[in-house]
Amino acid sequence: MKGNPLCSRPARHYVPAKPRPVAGELHFSDGRDFMFTMEGFLGLSYQFRWSVLWQAPHGQWLLNGFLMTLKLSAVSWVFAVFLGILFGSLRTVPFRPLRMVASAYVEFFRNVPLLVWLFFWYFGAPEVLPESVRQWVIYHGMEYWSAVAGISIYHGARMSEVIRAGIQSIPKTQVESGIATGLSVSQAYRLIVIPIALRLIVPPITNESLNLLKNSSLAMTIGVGELTFATRQIETYTAKAFEAFTAGTLIYLGLCLGIAFVMNRVERKFAIPGLIARTERAEH
Amino acid sequence: MNFEISVIISNAEFLLLQGLVGIGRFGGGTLRLAVPAIVLGFAAGIILGLARLARRGWIHYPAAIYIEFIRGIPLVMVIFWFWFLVPVVIGRPVPEYWVALTAFVIFESAYIGEIVRAGIQSVPKGQIDAATAAGLNYFQTMESILLPQAIRNVIPSLVTQFIVLFKDTSLASIIGMMDLTKAAQTVSQRELRPFEMYLFIAVVYWACTYSMSRLSRWLEVRMSPERVLSR
Repeated sequence: MKGNPLCSRPARHYVPAKPRPVAGELHFSDGRDFMFTMEGFLGLSYQFRWSVLWQAPHGQWLLNGFLMTLKLSAVSWVFAVFLGILFGSLRTVPFRPLRMVASAYVEFFRNVPLLVWLFFWYFGAPEVLPESVRQWVIYHGMEYWSAVAGISIYHGARMSEVIRAGIQSIPKTQVESGIATGLSVSQAYRLIVIPIALRLIVPPITNESLNLLKNSSLAMTIGVGELTFATRQIETYTAKAFEAFTAGTLIYLGLCLGIAFVMNRVERKFAIPGLIARTERAEH
Repeated sequence: MNFEISVIISNAEFLLLQGLVGIGRFGGGTLRLAVPAIVLGFAAGIILGLARLARRGWIHYPAAIYIEFIRGIPLVMVIFWFWFLVPVVIGRPVPEYWVALTAFVIFESAYIGEIVRAGIQSVPKGQIDAATAAGLNYFQTMESILLPQAIRNVIPSLVTQFIVLFKDTSLASIIGMMDLTKAAQTVSQRELRPFEMYLFIAVVYWACTYSMSRLSRWLEVRMSPERVLSR
């Protein structure tokens, strides 16, 4: 089993008894002169070196991490939305066994922490796979595919709750009038319920997608080189925690605010005229 | 591969006592982290929610910026900020437990603040007017008129957020706190039985969160206005 490098406490937090100023390292000022100077930060002198963020290998790490976060989130998002639409619709069909299967999936997968699912899919699940499949997965980026499986199944369960709420917010008469005009149940769903529900659920789905994006940072724990992993790596190599985490935080913040802004526009563009009622924002 | 239930049985005591409750040599414990985090996060969330609705700009802008900022970054980032910077700032290492607790309260209070705000906004404005007419001041109005109704209106989302917080405590294992996830990690590294271990703690987590959501439904029925009036 691969050891988790993040679980052991780095030794450098234990501050030496007699701090000695070393260029490019953290050290405490024992005199009061640093207290309120520009280079003093709450009583310790910390030399900011923002250049570590774009220096030779680090800038590349950060960029790769950023791209990996986007890729992981996008791929997981596609699967999660597929699962969400599938099970969200299944939870509303008038056939009890199907509803129960869908409820079991949703209730079990969304009520267990994502981190546990990631460990499960990375460490546990490959053991029960057939040998040939396991070999294939190991040689094709097991961390990545475990993360995709974990994130998309977990968020699929949460998405399906959002989609179910969207579907149920559509009056039953819509389906009934659809059937009355000669559509089958599946046609009524495909042509009437789902298109309306999709528009209604844009805000909660955006919310949930941002959750997915933020939760993709957990993939770091199983060794996927995404953004948090990259900032952590820069921190490890340069001991510049402040700069590294500022970069990571700002990138996540920019991504989330940017997506929220764009989706707000999309929501207004695709709004059905005359339909003001929105479904409740999903918080779970 | 065969499923070995004996691995689970022989390690259940360590996982549940040490990992879930936090009784043992390692400190930590999911419940010991989650319960104070929920209580403190709720208290901080109420203050934040009220602050965001305050009329004075210097109260509500900082609260709004804080909430939007925290909601835009992952929890792992918040935990790392505290994990790496608090020891540097205060000059000595901080136990994982306190780092995790601080990070959770900081992070979750932003989400709970939003929920509390939604709850307060769902209370009809006439209630405030009536309270003012009855001679109550701001704190009396909030305490005995607005907040009870507001909180009751948002019990479902509030409990949902508590469930999220409970699940999020698993992230404390990243910085090495001995919670349920970390305990399972430790045991599975020794027993080489990750499948059984992680499935078992998934069931334990599920049992906790599912009973929380049942409790929420019960509370909702019990605290509904119809029932309160009939008493």
